[in-house]
Amino acid sequence: MANEVKTQSASAGEGRQSLMNAAPTAAIRPSVDIFETADGITLQADMPGVSKEGLNLRVDGANLLVEGTIGIAPDEKMAARYADVRSTLYRRSFVLGNELEPERIEADLKSGVLTVRIPKRPELRPRKIEVRSS
Amino acid sequence: MFGSAYSESPLLAQFRRLEEELDEVFGSATPWTGGIRSLPPGAFPAINVGATDEHVTVYLFAPGIDASKLDISIQQNVLTVKGEREISRDEEATYYRQERFGGEFRRVISLPDDVDPERVEASYRDGVVQISVRRREAAKPRQISIR
Repeated sequence: MANEVKTQSASAGEGRQSLMNAAPTAAIRPSVDIFETADGITLQADMPGVSKEGLNLRVDGANLLVEGTIGIAPDEKMAARYADVRSTLYRRSFVLGNELEPERIEADLKSGVLTVRIPKRPELRPRKIEVRSS
Repeated sequence: MFGSAYSESPLLAQFRRLEEELDEVFGSATPWTGGIRSLPPGAFPAINVGATDEHVTVYLFAPGIDASKLDISIQQNVLTVKGEREISRDEEATYYRQERFGGEFRRVISLPDDVDPERVEASYRDGVVQISVRRREAAKPRQISIR
């Protein structure tokens, strides 16, 4: 299992509960939409707070790993008053079928939404089968 | 036979219960966890609130929205954020998962009493709305010298 977790967010104030790192080891499972068209599969993941630099997308065999670090750096002196988001790390992995072409994955990150397009191998795209009548 | 594949494992469910119980017990440590306006876990958008002596900062985790259409208002110490997240779905495609929130949302957050509603700044970056409200001078800790 490839592990290359990038941690680059400045964690605020050690020794007391900081705004984002109430439980630093737990990763958030991002919400996703996954859909299939004739050309391939598209995955969209909500990862608010992640910039391009904080994103780590990798394919390891048939495994697609989506990982991202929240880059918000609150004021050193800031104390948490309330927190729905209690980690700075998103992580979720998916198993790809071998009809897909992970070499040709395209990814795009915009306003905290990651879009990943995984094309199908051309020979495996659906073909219309003609019915011959005699 | 199919139970474990579809429902949450009993162990995970127990952890979740433990977490909820801990929230009950330690909820008072974060004053707004048990707030009358608080929403159940998983509500959109997720919110973090932090405070310094000078500012109270609210972070709304709202990816993929049009920030120019956000309606942010503050009355006394009550902050209201209204907006809509449009998710266009492909009619032709086969969907396997649709977990992402779409539609209108509204969150109401009561801030500490000492915030100044005239001095609010908001920005949107990487899918996070950051709203910073100044606190009044009187609320800041003052050094009292002994004569």
